[in-house]
Amino acid sequence: MRKIWVIARKEWAEVFKNRFVLFTVVFMPLMMTALPLIILYTMGTPEEMAGFSAADMPASFADLCEGMSGETCGQYFIVSQFMLLFMLMPLAIPATFASYSIVGEKTTRTLEPVLATPVTTLELLAGKAVAAALPAIGATWLSFSIFSLGVAILTEGSELLRQVTSPLWLFAIVVVGPLLAVAAVSIAIMVSSRANDPRVAEQISMLVILPLLALFFAQISGLIFINEAMILWMAIGVTVLDIGLLAFATQLFQREAILTRWK
Amino acid sequence: MIVAKGLTKRFGDVLAVDGLDMEVKSGEIFGFLGPNGAGKTTTIRMLSALISPTSGKAKVAGYEVGREDNEIRRNAGILTESPGLYDRLSAERNLSFFAELHDVEDVAGQVERYLRLLGLWDRRADVAATFSKGMRQKLAIARAMLHEPKVLFLDEPTAGLDPEMARLVREFIGELKDKGRTIFLCTHNLDEADRLCDRIAVVNTRLLALDTPEALRAKLYDRVVVVHLSAVAPAYEKAVSKQPFVRSVETKDNKLVVGLDNPEKNNPELIRALVDAGADIQFVGELRRSLEEIYLRLVK
Ligand SMILES: Nc1ncnc2c1ncn2[C@@H]1O[C@H](COP(=O)(O)OP(=O)(O)OP(=O)(O)O)[C@@H](O)[C@H]1O
Ligand SMILES: [Mg+2]
Repeated sequence: MRKIWVIARKEWAEVFKNRFVLFTVVFMPLMMTALPLIILYTMGTPEEMAGFSAADMPASFADLCEGMSGETCGQYFIVSQFMLLFMLMPLAIPATFASYSIVGEKTTRTLEPVLATPVTTLELLAGKAVAAALPAIGATWLSFSIFSLGVAILTEGSELLRQVTSPLWLFAIVVVGPLLAVAAVSIAIMVSSRANDPRVAEQISMLVILPLLALFFAQISGLIFINEAMILWMAIGVTVLDIGLLAFATQLFQREAILTRWK
Repeated sequence: MIVAKGLTKRFGDVLAVDGLDMEVKSGEIFGFLGPNGAGKTTTIRMLSALISPTSGKAKVAGYEVGREDNEIRRNAGILTESPGLYDRLSAERNLSFFAELHDVEDVAGQVERYLRLLGLWDRRADVAATFSKGMRQKLAIARAMLHEPKVLFLDEPTAGLDPEMARLVREFIGELKDKGRTIFLCTHNLDEADRLCDRIAVVNTRLLALDTPEALRAKLYDRVVVVHLSAVAPAYEKAVSKQPFVRSVETKDNKLVVGLDNPEKNNPELIRALVDAGADIQFVGELRRSLEEIYLRLVK
């Protein structure tokens, strides 16, 4: 366990010196926090939104608005779109981080001396995974907290805040987010074991965001709407996926394979 | 300290190491020579538990390769073929990371000790990317030493170093031997191997020869004595060739080049015979075959 931490700390010391990675880890959460708040702010005052009613919403959403005023419903519809964007962070940040951390070590041949120490391959893999996943989860949670605080201030603690901090949202951010991060890390490890350029590895690993983006566009076009059942199924699906991906990544991350087959 | 029996490694169709049998004694500097692609790095990787042998067995510091790999990693240090430093980290951080991975008790103390020993203490805070090749090599050697391993594998420690730096590294290796460590040294510098190593193995996929440098010389070549004379005459060569212990005589310029069994024993008689024949002797010396000649003959 201690060694996992030793490795993770080394990764942070090293990879965060790369300005590009630093930019991704800092800029993306900033944008993801600021954007919904700016939209919420410019959407206007409740008076301007007064004409809004649940009937203007996609049918699948209208049910959710039960008991809300028209304007809250309108705000909620807009803000809801960002729940999926918050889940983009745990996917994108590990993809960038792990690509640079693993392909970087491969091209500079720094893994061989590490493998010559009494560290288990699992500790090494876990160290790299933790190093990539923790900043992503941390950034997601932090920006969600700031976002909730912003909502509380902008709407003066209205119905909207209760929606945003509902079990559905919290489950998505607190549980599904980390599960997604694990998937992103495993995929980045697999891609990195084959790629020789961290930028290429990053771009390929970034394809993990596509299913989420598809979900996002399906939602804004009114095809579906994320509800409790969907999030629950998503969590189960991602957990199963994680187990499979991790098993596969562990296979690729074998001492001998790293030294002789990673090219 | 190291024992290999039938150690073999195959990469697909490529046979990299074939049936290596050898024993490295505790406290010796063991030279491992061979042409490019001879399987030296592959052997080091097997012995330091980085890759597993296809067949055969090996023991390092009493632990069996493939079964007690973690113990081997604890007791062996390796200077890998490429230094593999973290360029973005300082010299100090590069070392402390490895000290922590090795569960070294006094990380800071041990890091300082080796940075000072190798003359890098003043540059400890600089990132490794700013280091010259020689400094990088020294840092990598320090990294292999942090956990005070019993066995040290050095894969071309002086490759690409300037003569002064190479000498420094060689002296350091000599000091390590004095402290009782076993050193397994791969090098392409034959002069270095000759000077440093107690015994030398020459390999080319298979083991070609293994002995002390002196014994290798004796095995492959007669010993040769060169006698410088102020002037040569045909009579001298005749006088020499009459001696029973002489195997060959040749006159070159004003020198007689004499092949014989045992110069320590035969030289006095040889010189007496020459003096009796009226020769004026200036110098007598032994022609030492360079390790290079021996090596090239073995590898051919
Ligand atoms: N990972 C690998 N996959 C396939 N073949 C390999 C691999 N590593 C080494 N080989 C092959 O094994 C043989 C021995 O290589 P090795 O690196 O051990 O040689 P070496 O003696 O260290 O050479 P050099 O003096 O050039 O460092 C070579 O033919 C090489 O091509
Ligand atoms: Mg080599």
